[in-house]
Amino acid sequence: MKRSLLRALLAAQEAKRPVALLTEVESGRQLLIAGADQQGDLAASASLIEAVHERLQQERSGLLEDGKYFLQVFLPPLRLIIVGAVHISQALVPMAKLAGYEVSVIDPRKAWATEARFPGTSMLTQWPDEAMEALQPDARTAVVTLTHDPKLDDPALLRALNSPAFYVGALGSTRTHARRLERLRAEGLDEAALARIHGPAGLAIGARAPAEIAISVMAQMTAVLRQAPRLAPLRNP
Amino acid sequence: MNGSSEAQAWAGTDEVLAQADAWLEEGRKVALATVVATWGSSPRPVGSQLLVDDKNNMVGSVSGGCIEGAVVAEARAAMEDGRPRLLDFGVSDEMAWEVGLACGGSVKVYVERLES
Repeated sequence: MKRSLLRALLAAQEAKRPVALLTEVESGRQLLIAGADQQGDLAASASLIEAVHERLQQERSGLLEDGKYFLQVFLPPLRLIIVGAVHISQALVPMAKLAGYEVSVIDPRKAWATEARFPGTSMLTQWPDEAMEALQPDARTAVVTLTHDPKLDDPALLRALNSPAFYVGALGSTRTHARRLERLRAEGLDEAALARIHGPAGLAIGARAPAEIAISVMAQMTAVLRQAPRLAPLRNP
Repeated sequence: MNGSSEAQAWAGTDEVLAQADAWLEEGRKVALATVVATWGSSPRPVGSQLLVDDKNNMVGSVSGGCIEGAVVAEARAAMEDGRPRLLDFGVSDEMAWEVGLACGGSVKVYVERLES
């Protein structure tokens, strides 16, 4: 791969732009395709370019034309927005980073949202609706509210449900969640929007400790992202 | 975890490419291996990448660790002669047992030199 193509690939990732890299396996010649832009030393036919765009749409890497070409789709990074710089978040942040997410934590309570509690993490101390406006969740973003405080969680949920975020989760007991749905209904959200909330957030793995709850939320986000079939009920050994 | 520039064994594709750029900047020779096709229960999906430098430092993965040794050897060769390579590993191939892809899957890996 030419250095200029590597740089262009990294720039596309930085700009959160989906791109495809087409490689002629025999020669190693390559073409980077982003929308109508093309860059590289490989001349591709119109029909091949058409196939590339179809694969980009399907987000599917693989061999083309009997293995003559390899196409790799590079998608923008996954993002996780956490509302609440709480104990569970301290466990969830490193897990999500390991799983490849760019993580942002929102909490206007400055005593909680500290560098010491969240080393190397992007912290936003605005009110959640302002912070969500700045972050602009897209279809590769998950949003989880963990404060239990309606003043903080609700405005973030309203913004999340008006975005294409692939996962929206809200921590809290079944009763807390029922009251939350009532409040959001009063704000004018319809049932289809409310049904997008995973509440109480997380898979039912009997989690108790903060790190266990973080695991259950991380697992649920992964299941939704990868469109996993519904899990079979757990059995005792 | 907190923004260290050091290579991480668990790096995803983004980190692999960023690391490639950093290594090239340092003047290292670098090759990139990418899974281009899989059959059966291969451990890493199409698009998974392993970055190798001229001192056998590795970032990322193209299997669960079974074929990395063989891939690194080909990556070193690609660094020298600049020719891309397409490697086949699988149960139908005797080499698969030698390199240890005993999981029953097969996988094609493309190896290319990164130009400085």
